Amino acid sequence: MTTTTLTKKDILLESLGQLNFTNEPDFYQDLRQQALAEIENLELPTSKTEYWKYTRLGKIVNKTYQVTSGIEINIDQHLIPALDANIIVLINGLFNKSLSNIQEQEGVKVLSLSDGKERGVVIRDHFNKYTSTKSELFLALNNAYHTDGVCIHAEKNSIVEKPYHIINVTTGNQTISQSRNLFIGETNSSVKIIESFVNIEGSENFINNVSEIYVGENAQLEYNKIQNKEDESYQISTEQVYQKANSNFTINTITLDGTFVRNNLNIEVDAEGCETNLNGIYLGKDSNHIDNHTIVDHLKPNCNSNEVYKGILDNNSVGVFNGKVFVRPDAQKTNAFQQNNNILLTDDAVINSKPELEIYADDVKCSHGSTIGQLDDEAIFYLQARGVGKRSAINMMITAFAKDALGRISIEALKEYVDNKIETRFGN
Amino acid sequence: MLSIKNLHASIDDKEILKGVNLDIKAGEVHAIMGPNGSGKSTLSSVLAGREEYEVTAGSVNYEGKDLLDLNPEDRAREGVFLAFQYPIEIPGVSNVNFLKTAINETRAYKGQDSISAKDFLALVKEKSALVELDAKLASRSVNEGFSGGEKKRNEIFQMAMLSPKLSILDETDSGLDIDALRIVANGVNTLKSDDNATVVITHYQRLLDYIVPDFVHVLYDGKIVKTGGKELAHELEEKGYDWIKEELNTVS
Repeated sequence: MTTTTLTKKDILLESLGQLNFTNEPDFYQDLRQQALAEIENLELPTSKTEYWKYTRLGKIVNKTYQVTSGIEINIDQHLIPALDANIIVLINGLFNKSLSNIQEQEGVKVLSLSDGKERGVVIRDHFNKYTSTKSELFLALNNAYHTDGVCIHAEKNSIVEKPYHIINVTTGNQTISQSRNLFIGETNSSVKIIESFVNIEGSENFINNVSEIYVGENAQLEYNKIQNKEDESYQISTEQVYQKANSNFTINTITLDGTFVRNNLNIEVDAEGCETNLNGIYLGKDSNHIDNHTIVDHLKPNCNSNEVYKGILDNNSVGVFNGKVFVRPDAQKTNAFQQNNNILLTDDAVINSKPELEIYADDVKCSHGSTIGQLDDEAIFYLQARGVGKRSAINMMITAFAKDALGRISIEALKEYVDNKIETRFGN
Repeated sequence: MLSIKNLHASIDDKEILKGVNLDIKAGEVHAIMGPNGSGKSTLSSVLAGREEYEVTAGSVNYEGKDLLDLNPEDRAREGVFLAFQYPIEIPGVSNVNFLKTAINETRAYKGQDSISAKDFLALVKEKSALVELDAKLASRSVNEGFSGGEKKRNEIFQMAMLSPKLSILDETDSGLDIDALRIVANGVNTLKSDDNATVVITHYQRLLDYIVPDFVHVLYDGKIVKTGGKELAHELEEKGYDWIKEELNTVS
């Protein structure tokens, strides 16, 4: 007698298998088939997999999920006060037109990804191009089973004034969502995007989302990622970024809450004269697990990258930072700067920090550093000695520490919003 | 105002203060001098409430309250101010914002309303002018990138903002050039009144030419071994501390 045991991967694939994509153009169905073939040969990472060493997936993969479209919800509390932006709402990986509010702007096309696949010619040139054959299971899963998302296409020479604010919602119980975005900034364009990840009503939800980002020649693109998922919720999130000559890409990753958060940020700097800024703040509390894996791959000469990630870990939360910078043989005159600073507020909080540099060129300036510490007692005493209560003194210090990584957010209302979130968190 | 009786204090089980007695009344300026390692900074640290120091005996009465019983912020709110020998740099914390918090928490402690933004700004303007501290420095991160002189002037600026009853200046003169010294001394003198008192801890008589003390105490080996008028400071400057040590040896 033979018995077949379903592996955790099989169970995951079974819930995703309910999805039907036969309405899509053949071009895209073929891409999904290629991804499925890739998945065949990939296994779920274990703690023996170096890339996943400090992040165990048990919590996520030991569950059965359902694919649901979700209910109508109120997103007002997740709007950013005083921010004049176009609002795009995704619920459980699907585009929600009635909650979105997108005004036409000259030089930019905004579509749901599914509409884009039907109509957009440009999308074909970029879609899946930067995410295929990366041998990462979760990326391949999204390639194969993504539902919908947002496509923002800034055309050549267009300076897009109003930012886009995507509110990416998960809801319901034990739902699985796989949203997929594509951001294209053509030559000389400039566009700013915010994406908030939230969980409304429901728990044990899992989102495996991917954004592909193309920054064309001399273009500027800023992507601000705000993760604030309350209750029990899980997120694996990947940005795959590709930069052309003299382009400027900035990403700010702000993790305010989340039971399980894994961010994979991969940036290929494939031309000269590029500027890359990747900053992050993560505030861990309770038993949060927040993992940031970043890769900046300098393939060509004369580029700068700046990376600052700051973590504040409270209670028994765990942080992981793994930042890798490659400087390939051709990438002479690269300036790469990387820094990860952490404050542990309790004896039970944990940070695993691993900054890495791999340099194959000989005329470069690179630095990396990592610090883990407590707050400076001398400084707290100094503030106390002026009449500031100990608790306020600690809050002042924490806020000051975190804000250091906010400098690259160019949208004032967003900066204030994050500022307030940090202050409220550590305020009296 | 302040009455220190038989104060003993130690750090890491090493006794530093071995029975300090000192009485300070409102309107007075006291100078505490003494060689390195005599316990001057320990005394100021104990009075400000630094946790590392353990008081093993004695008492400190401040305005009828047991000072040692108060936590550092409450001591400050009650009007005790310590100008640090080495002011701390605190990146990211703005000088004026933290002072505003300090003032408002002190007012709340006393049951008073918060200071208005307008009054606060006027206060900053007035007091920063007093110590010739650039308004830009006043609003920057606490002491970050300040020169030695700017740090010390910032201490006096903070003192002026908080208008304490008892100010303890811990070697505020060390490392200052003569111009900065004059500015600092001028600030302290302007703030002096019949209602407050100043304790100047120093190595050198030089500062006392500008801030003239009513009493000069010599702290040696954890005790005040000699007290005199301002002329004592001149004598110490001329003869050093050895004659005091000899005097002590002859007595014992």
